[in-house]
Amino acid sequence: MTSASTRAAAGRTPAVGALLRRNAWSLGLMVFLFALLAFTKAINHNYDATGIQNLAISILPLAFATVAQAIVVISGGIDLSLAAIMALTSTVAAVLMKGQSEPFAILVVAGVLLLGLLIGAVNGGLVVVTRVPDIVVTLAMSYVWAGFALLILVRPGGGSATWLKEILSGSILSEWIPKAAVVLVVIVAGTWIPLMRSRLGLSLYAIGSNRLAAFRSGISVGRTRLIAYMLAGFFCALGGISLTATTGIATPVPGPYTLNSVAAIVLGGVSLAGGRGGIVGPIIGVLILQLVRTDMTFLNFNTDLATVLQGVILIGVVMIGSLLEIRRARA
Amino acid sequence: MSGSAKNPDLHAALRSTGFRGLLRDRPIVPLMGLLVALTAVIYLARPEMVTSNWAINIVRQAIPLSLLAACQTITFLTGGIDLSVGAVASMTGFLVATLVSRTGLPAALAIALVAGCLAGLITGIGVGVFRVHPLIMTLGMSLIVLGLANVWQRIMVQTGAGVPAQLRWLGTETLAGFIPASMLVWLPIMLLLLFMLSRTGYGRLLYAIGDNPVASRLSGARSWQVIVVLYVLSALIAGVAGFLYAGLTNVANVNLVDPYVLPSVAAAVIGGTSIMGGRGGIGGTILGALILTVLGSLLSSLGFPEATRQILFGAIVVLMAAAYTRFTGES
Repeated sequence: MTSASTRAAAGRTPAVGALLRRNAWSLGLMVFLFALLAFTKAINHNYDATGIQNLAISILPLAFATVAQAIVVISGGIDLSLAAIMALTSTVAAVLMKGQSEPFAILVVAGVLLLGLLIGAVNGGLVVVTRVPDIVVTLAMSYVWAGFALLILVRPGGGSATWLKEILSGSILSEWIPKAAVVLVVIVAGTWIPLMRSRLGLSLYAIGSNRLAAFRSGISVGRTRLIAYMLAGFFCALGGISLTATTGIATPVPGPYTLNSVAAIVLGGVSLAGGRGGIVGPIIGVLILQLVRTDMTFLNFNTDLATVLQGVILIGVVMIGSLLEIRRARA
Repeated sequence: MSGSAKNPDLHAALRSTGFRGLLRDRPIVPLMGLLVALTAVIYLARPEMVTSNWAINIVRQAIPLSLLAACQTITFLTGGIDLSVGAVASMTGFLVATLVSRTGLPAALAIALVAGCLAGLITGIGVGVFRVHPLIMTLGMSLIVLGLANVWQRIMVQTGAGVPAQLRWLGTETLAGFIPASMLVWLPIMLLLLFMLSRTGYGRLLYAIGDNPVASRLSGARSWQVIVVLYVLSALIAGVAGFLYAGLTNVANVNLVDPYVLPSVAAAVIGGTSIMGGRGGIGGTILGALILTVLGSLLSSLGFPEATRQILFGAIVVLMAAAYTRFTGES
């Protein structure tokens, strides 16, 4: 009786503690983000709602790429072809939308999202069927997708529907709530929350955490990996569309999104070994990476030193993370 | 990504006579066949192209690529990867070209190699001591090296840069009519690596750590020391490759070697080194680099545009890796 009640009492306090501990990394990042925002305001007094709106628009492509990378890495893989898929989907969208009517663009967007799923299915299918390591398959496929982008468009061009541009620019309700941020939150939450409540979401974590154990508990490992890559392709297509929408054109050359997405998920607390992490941390990671870059322009920082600093931040964050992990393992 | 049982005794026991066994135990033989087949295809398509000059040119281009691929091979063996070879190699070539006019060639070469070693040392400490994932550590390190090289470029902008004549000789000249001069540098390095991997305790430790990190730790291997030395060695080889690339192209540029990073990974994979660690060797890697160079020559000789070449290159790399995995039953 007494032991049961103490256990219950003990169980309640750790519940809060466990919740805090489980989200400690995201909370820490959030604090860091606000400190960074305060710092930005301090060095540039003109930084206001417009700055926030620009921030929301500029992070959009990387944020989608990061969600894509997070899903694949959580399932125990890695996708080095993200930037190439984004270049391809962005080019397809821009070429198809140029000079067409506004309603037609809805069809284009739907078609490009399907294309993203298809590309992801090719990547995932190859990884599953050939059993070649993810890193090798996606690295080689990045050539293929970038090549297709170059076939479609030799130099930057194409166009974007007006409604697509308007859906992302400006603010809604209050000038402090950028439309781009709302779009991002609605799309990501709209896929992530149902996913996490489904068997599929659990399977993604399971195969990333221990593939053999997942297989023996009856999860179809191959199918789950395939779906992870398809979801990644879908989010890459969203990233590609947002590239076209925010710039008005498409560039057939892949941007730096693959590397930066890996940086953002690691910063956001996703373990590269798979099976651990979420989606909120990586998106905060994207915000931090972008804000650091903005601050460096405000401070008239040499862009080359900014590159160095980016590398130092990337390595530093991962080092701290792995040191914490080593200490936790010893304790 | 579970490591399968890969211990040498088991391999010896499994050593079979069929094609499978041949591919697993002597990957060199089928790779030779592939190389000959590719050359035959070129000969059939463009008979006038296959001359001794063509062959010398292929070897000349494959030499620096195989050095970069050797960096991948030795890091793959421990389950790592070195994506900083591009930045390090570009940096060493650039440093020599900017320094040679004021310090003389030997000092310039020494300074460049020391700078490369320093980058390798930091990478090694990050991977070995702080257990940062090698992918992240080397990507971050390439950002740092690239940024610093750009800063250096800005400082040296008045001096101007020129690739010293000796390096140009090394990169482009031919000895006795058919031996590329770069062989003088390449051969000792490769012989040393072959000796290291097959005859020394250090080489065996590399295989052991990649095969089973826990077992190697329990048998007394100080894996962090092995790994620090490994990444310094990798940076050194990349540095030498940088000299050869600068000599071959007569260009001093901080991004010169970047396009060869992915081919270097592909060459090591095609050569039969497992990216998961514990299996592979230098011989296959050299053939892998030759095969990729011949493949590139084939694709450009067929007159395909850049985009199609990229697509075919990526697809063929996936196919080769898939065939390899299928026949050996390992990944």
